[in-house]
Amino acid sequence: MSLAGFNRNPELSLGQKFLQVNWGLILLIAILAAIGCVMLYSAADGSMQPWARRHAIRFAGGLVVLLIVAMFDVRFWFRWAYPIYLVGVLLLVAVEVLGEVVMGAQRWIQIGPLTLQPSEVMKVAIVLALARIFHGISEEEIVRPTKLIGPLVLVALPTVLVLKQPDLGTSLILIMVSGVLFFAAGVRLWKFGVVAALGTGAVPVAWQFLHDYQKQRVLTFLNPESDPLGAGYHILQSKIALGAGGIFGKGLLEGSQSHLNFLPEKQTDFIFTMLAEEFGLIGGVALLVLYAIVILYGFAIALRARNQFGRLLAIGLTANLFLYVFINIAMVMGLIPVVGVPLPLVSYGGSAMLAIMISFGLVISVYVHRDVRIPRRGLGEED
Amino acid sequence: MALLNEDHSRFKTFSRRAALLGGGKALLFGALAARLYYLQVVEADKYATLAEDNRISLRLLPPPRGRILDRFGQPLAANEQNYKVVLVAEQAKDVERTLDRLAQIIELGAGERARIMTEVRKKRAFVPVTVREYLDWATVSRIEVNAPDLPGISIDVGQTRAYPFGPEMAHVLGYVAAVSESELKAAEDPLLELPGFKIGKNGLEKEYDEKLRGSAGTSTIEVNAVGRTIRELKREEGTPGKDLVLSLDQQLQTYVQQRLSGEKSASVVLLDIATGGVLAMGSVPSFDPNLFNLGISASHWRKLRNDPLHPLINKATAGLYNPGSTYKMMVALAALKAGIDPAETVYCPGHYDLGNARFHCWKNYGHGEMDMHAAIKESCDVYFYDLSRRVGIEKIAAMSRRFALGDKTGIDLPGERGGTIPTKAWKRAQIGEPWQGGETLVSAIGQGFVLTSPLQLAVMTARLASGRAVVPHFRRDLQPRADDGPRAQAVDAAQQVAETRGGPGPGTPAPEPMFAALDIPGADFALIRDAMDAVVNEPGGTAYSKRITRDGWHMAGKTGTSQVRRITMAERRQGVIDNEDLPWRRRDHGLYVAYAPVNAPRYAVAVVVEHGGGGSKSAAPIGRDVLAEAQRLDPLANDSPEQVADAPPIRRG
Repeated sequence: MSLAGFNRNPELSLGQKFLQVNWGLILLIAILAAIGCVMLYSAADGSMQPWARRHAIRFAGGLVVLLIVAMFDVRFWFRWAYPIYLVGVLLLVAVEVLGEVVMGAQRWIQIGPLTLQPSEVMKVAIVLALARIFHGISEEEIVRPTKLIGPLVLVALPTVLVLKQPDLGTSLILIMVSGVLFFAAGVRLWKFGVVAALGTGAVPVAWQFLHDYQKQRVLTFLNPESDPLGAGYHILQSKIALGAGGIFGKGLLEGSQSHLNFLPEKQTDFIFTMLAEEFGLIGGVALLVLYAIVILYGFAIALRARNQFGRLLAIGLTANLFLYVFINIAMVMGLIPVVGVPLPLVSYGGSAMLAIMISFGLVISVYVHRDVRIPRRGLGEED
Repeated sequence: MALLNEDHSRFKTFSRRAALLGGGKALLFGALAARLYYLQVVEADKYATLAEDNRISLRLLPPPRGRILDRFGQPLAANEQNYKVVLVAEQAKDVERTLDRLAQIIELGAGERARIMTEVRKKRAFVPVTVREYLDWATVSRIEVNAPDLPGISIDVGQTRAYPFGPEMAHVLGYVAAVSESELKAAEDPLLELPGFKIGKNGLEKEYDEKLRGSAGTSTIEVNAVGRTIRELKREEGTPGKDLVLSLDQQLQTYVQQRLSGEKSASVVLLDIATGGVLAMGSVPSFDPNLFNLGISASHWRKLRNDPLHPLINKATAGLYNPGSTYKMMVALAALKAGIDPAETVYCPGHYDLGNARFHCWKNYGHGEMDMHAAIKESCDVYFYDLSRRVGIEKIAAMSRRFALGDKTGIDLPGERGGTIPTKAWKRAQIGEPWQGGETLVSAIGQGFVLTSPLQLAVMTARLASGRAVVPHFRRDLQPRADDGPRAQAVDAAQQVAETRGGPGPGTPAPEPMFAALDIPGADFALIRDAMDAVVNEPGGTAYSKRITRDGWHMAGKTGTSQVRRITMAERRQGVIDNEDLPWRRRDHGLYVAYAPVNAPRYAVAVVVEHGGGGSKSAAPIGRDVLAEAQRLDPLANDSPEQVADAPPIRRG
């Protein structure tokens, strides 16, 4: 067969796989995590405690997890996509039942010494599940609306559960990531138009179901200066910090807004503000460029993969990363309302770090197993 | 093959869609970068300013208030340390428990505790709350010793105004108190807005308030989001208030006030004739200015305000009295100016008739033949009735004005009152009635409309003694503080001042007289001075029994009695009632003016004893004692008067 030339043997030994790992991407990730460490060091007024050190340790642990995930065959993840999704849904149900209430929202569950945030798990699981289901839907079938029922159910189930927590930000991210997958899978564009129209129509209805603090956040976003010492305080102070940073920034540990506590949550959600105050426009843009390169890597990997599952997985997880970065930075700059979304690899936080490292592990697994073919109707038939 | 084809077309769709996605993402990242550029470059200045506003806070540093010193450098008003207990809530884990423990050392009432707890709740946890002020040293040490059991409690040292001589100086120095609402509105100095800042409310503290106050320093500090001070960025020390050096002599002032303490209500002014400097100014009853400092209680304040003896009023400058016979020198000088011969005699039968009215002399059976010298010496009223008829009220008033009577002297002390020297025009304007001839007679013996303050009488006396237009004042010097440390203030500043201000030593050329000579012939002055000398030093003079006998200390003076009641014809027929037999309120005011030494006058004194009876009996002894004490304390008593024009402070050096 002339195809033999295409069809190199995808079965690699562990050693070969290890060589195939995309070390350039891992280097970029490491640089981002290192920037995180520096900023956390600064956030603690020049101390490795309490954040920078643990951030580094978590990254190191996450790197091991990443490599392990990457070593597993993409077909393994294909098989386990639905079970993982199911576990994610069950965890969301569990959080509903025994979750701990933090800041008026149920988001965490305790498993032994681990504090787990099921919504973080879900952000990866939904990509796996959607990649899996769209993998099985052919080019011709995708125009049929009935074929979209399955994927829509897959999206709806976790979204409703996350909304119930209530966590508006995460549920929106779930919807947007799903949208990206629907789009990449080839769902016709007019259907997105219909959904968007329906969504817009639903806004006044949805508003009634929002919690007061969520309404407040939206209102504050619309006019942050209206109440500089109240709800708009954080965003205003964040903008002041950014603006005061100027082109070159004030220098490490010199950010007055950050170090005099005018900036809230500077180790988590507002870490970008601190970076841009201390390293200026140059630092801020440099970070954006780094993320852009990482995302570009994701696209390259997606386009290089020879199976639809891998492509969708890579594009979906990359979209996930993009959404995190965009939402976080747009929020601290006052472009969108305040939603509690961390900056991937830079913000302090265990669950988010783990989720992002697993995501990269999956992306690298797609790369390592880029030549593996998976039949449209699943692996069962081939066996 | 089918699989491959199918996948290939799927891949084509995927690639196209991925390219669109990538483009969208690039666009959104571009938007982020653009927003960042907008905030950090376009709007950078605005936000940089806001960030500085956030972080920088300016605090005022109150300057130490200048002291008030007497002519020898003795502090009369100084700053004392005020120890207070403050509570910092964040350092006291349990504020209630800390207060419980503190209550075992100092008494804490329920109201006080409630106030402290309210303040603790209202203020941020790191802001100190004052628990109690003005602690004595024993309490301070007990709190310090128990410090380990009192978390959050500390001793803070502030400054408070102290008047070591208390009531003795109250009317001269005045006092300081908190800034009132209206003063705050009128003020430009931001210092007045400082909580707890005190300004001069009366006396010299008020007159020289701005000089004593100094100017505020500023401390530029960096604060964090909750207002806690992080560090001081810049500190500009203010200018401490200047020390005010007075012409006043503390020892003389203390003496005067003590000498007056036997009287119910009286006042004394002692002037340095050469300089016009006030050496002592006494007024009884007095009050303790330190009370105003600590916050006077409402009931105490009411008591002071409603006291019929007016302890809050400085009677030396704000008390107005008929000068009585002390006014006769003015009438005599006006007559001399009008060309009347002083040797011409007037017969005094004990009364003087004008139309249907009869005007009595104080001496019932009359003085007999009187010339000017004798009339002053024995204070004959009839002689001056006659004189005034001939001279007229206008000329008497004009002469009085030249001796600073009936108007404010302009002394550097608030609250001075002007008094009245009546003229025909004055009566028409003020009362709306024409002048009566008899009123000229009444005025000639310093009764009726004539009203003067003891200060004016002292100035008059100084002008009579020197022939110069003496103007009274308190301020001798304003000097930058040598040291503004609170401890250094306690150090006797006399030495410092003595060192920095050496007086003219022997051989220094005599200084120019400070005041212009009055345009009055020397012979006229000589006649008046001779007569005043005779009042005291010749037998038959009204103050002969009160003379100073020590050689070189002799004084010249004039007694006066200011009638408070009207003596009816019926009473005259039965004999005028003795002052001792009258209730205090209806007794005459006793007055006395004098200068000493007679040959080279240096000191002029005026004494008014309210309801003291005759001036000779009540006021003259006080005048004598004050002049004697002044000369006893004079460092250059034996030197020529030219050399001591501006008494150098070497007495205690």
